[in-house]
Amino acid sequence: MRLEYFQMIDSVVAFDAAAGTIHAKANVPETSPVFEGHFPGYPIMPGVLLIETMAQASGFLILGMNGLTRMPFFMGVQKAKFRKFVGPGTVLDVHARIEHDGSGFTVTKARIEHDGPVCDAELTLRIMDFPAEELRTSLLERAATMGLSQAIGAGAGEAT
Amino acid sequence: MSSTFDIVADVISETSEIPREKITPEMHAIDDLGIDSLDFLDIVFALDKKFGIKIPLEQWTQEVNAGKASVEEYFVLKNLCAHIDELIAKKNA
Repeated sequence: MRLEYFQMIDSVVAFDAAAGTIHAKANVPETSPVFEGHFPGYPIMPGVLLIETMAQASGFLILGMNGLTRMPFFMGVQKAKFRKFVGPGTVLDVHARIEHDGSGFTVTKARIEHDGPVCDAELTLRIMDFPAEELRTSLLERAATMGLSQAIGAGAGEAT
Repeated sequence: MSSTFDIVADVISETSEIPREKITPEMHAIDDLGIDSLDFLDIVFALDKKFGIKIPLEQWTQEVNAGKASVEEYFVLKNLCAHIDELIAKKNA
């Protein structure tokens, strides 16, 4: 994780297009300015960043499903529950699966685990054409770095 | 048609907190009921699941934006219900 850059997912462990699932790893940093404020003397991951982590895992799942051709944007979250605190240095397992593949939107169910359930939610993402070439290029690079491109069997350079 | 409308109206009421009795087939989802695009996605999600269909919202939006269809064609509830009935019939064909 690079919290200050909102890069929450570090690697893709498994991607299953047929099942519509992804398993990713997110390593909470040992130090971050985020922890200086949240909270002094008791550093824990803010819940909103855990939601963002689930949203990004969902986003990469959708990108994998569509062959890295269209961009998912996080637009809704429901039924979010935070079941335990997450401190610095924690390695998180992030899982997401397609709940519904709609027209122009996708609903996912995602959860984070570390020694049991950490949090879960239902997320809605709007699917759009990439609005900027820089964004598309950056995401293709990220997908390759994280192992998503390899997992879906589509080289980043080949995706359009 | 009436049963489809009843289900659609129930979903709209539950999703948008609009009293069920105020929802009629002639109403426009956006102009009359004030449903915004995010709420409408929630409604489409619920309707897709209830009817086992995939409402082609992207295609409808493109048709409206291109001037090939009127907004009323898809967003007046009785028209929306007719389109849903067509999608259900296609699914069952």
